[in-house]
Amino acid sequence: MKIIKVLGSGCSKCEKTAEIITRLAAEAGVDVTVMKETDLAVIMEYGVMSTPAVVIDEQLMHSGSIPHRSDIEAWLAIA
Amino acid sequence: MLDSFTLLADWLVYDLWGLSASTKLGDALHFFIEDTTKIFALLVVMIYLIALLRASMNVESVRSWLVGKSRFVGYLMGSFFGAVTPFCSCSSIPLFLGFTSAGIPVGITMSFLLTSPLINEVAIVLLGSLLGWKFTLIYIVVGISVGVIGGVFLDLIKAEKMLQPFAAKAYMEAKQSAVKGESRRLSLSERHQFAKDELVDIFCRVWKWVIVGVGLGAALHGFVPEGWFAQNLGQGQWWSVPAAVGLGIPLYSNATGVIPVMESLITKGLPIGTTLAFCMSTVAASFPEFILLKQVMQWKLLAILFCLLLCAFTLVGWVFNGIGLFLITAT
Repeated sequence: MKIIKVLGSGCSKCEKTAEIITRLAAEAGVDVTVMKETDLAVIMEYGVMSTPAVVIDEQLMHSGSIPHRSDIEAWLAIA
Repeated sequence: MLDSFTLLADWLVYDLWGLSASTKLGDALHFFIEDTTKIFALLVVMIYLIALLRASMNVESVRSWLVGKSRFVGYLMGSFFGAVTPFCSCSSIPLFLGFTSAGIPVGITMSFLLTSPLINEVAIVLLGSLLGWKFTLIYIVVGISVGVIGGVFLDLIKAEKMLQPFAAKAYMEAKQSAVKGESRRLSLSERHQFAKDELVDIFCRVWKWVIVGVGLGAALHGFVPEGWFAQNLGQGQWWSVPAAVGLGIPLYSNATGVIPVMESLITKGLPIGTTLAFCMSTVAASFPEFILLKQVMQWKLLAILFCLLLCAFTLVGWVFNGIGLFLITAT
């Protein structure tokens, strides 16, 4: 199972990012846990400066915007 | 080329709806339609073009550029990058921490954050089309200067001592070597994709503000008598500038909403300095932003920042009230 974290201060873009990932994962039938990380100290540890950012299994995949559908699908496809 | 928007408004308001140009409603409606159509058209073109150009810029590459630069270059470039780098205001705290933990002085980071809301492509399109290039240029120079001076001042008073403990610690333990920029070449299609996303994103965010701003502007334009501001809040009343700034700081708006209002205020005779001071203070600072900054700054520093902005914008107001008259008449 993939652990997906959405890093961000809780703004609407971050909410949307988490929502889209959850939906696409369900559509693709991939087993994931989507969490929202709002703790600044943790966000800093990943070296992220622009949110929303996406971390999958502790690896930073994306930062600075709501990711594209095609990107998310590609991440989900990597087993 | 811009005449076509006047013609469109003429046709809609006077011919199609049969309103007269001499009525208040007709006048206000004409103003509203001309300005919104013109602004929307310009925004679409400009946002796309500018996004194409800056597609490869991001906060990471700005940070690696700013690390280790001399102070003077740092404030100026921090402020300049604040104007041109795209980033969402909800990122300002992670950005602050990211810069700070890379050892960039708090003042340079604040130069970036102060200028960022004041100057952006949307503000420039609006100013250029509504108030002329001369005024736009002044606005840009003032915006950058406020960022630079604010930054220099914050470092002079050692603002880093007034951060929240964890942020101060991050600054003290900054590891400059660990920071590297990741600026890669983008293909044309990647640039197009970025520009398209930016266009949709920014446009969806600002169109309401344009309507609200131009609507307010149109109401002022149509219903406030010519010269009312000049008589009541004109040059003679020195206190009107600090009062306007004091009113503007807690109010929140972005540049998009405020600039159309600026146009109406100025044409109705509010002195240019008072207008600039009011509008810049509305855009640059707000309560929501101070609450965000509270996460990384102590109250004392926030209070200093508030006073700093109050003084800076008041000075801007007084200076431009003094020299401003010829600027408007010359455009």
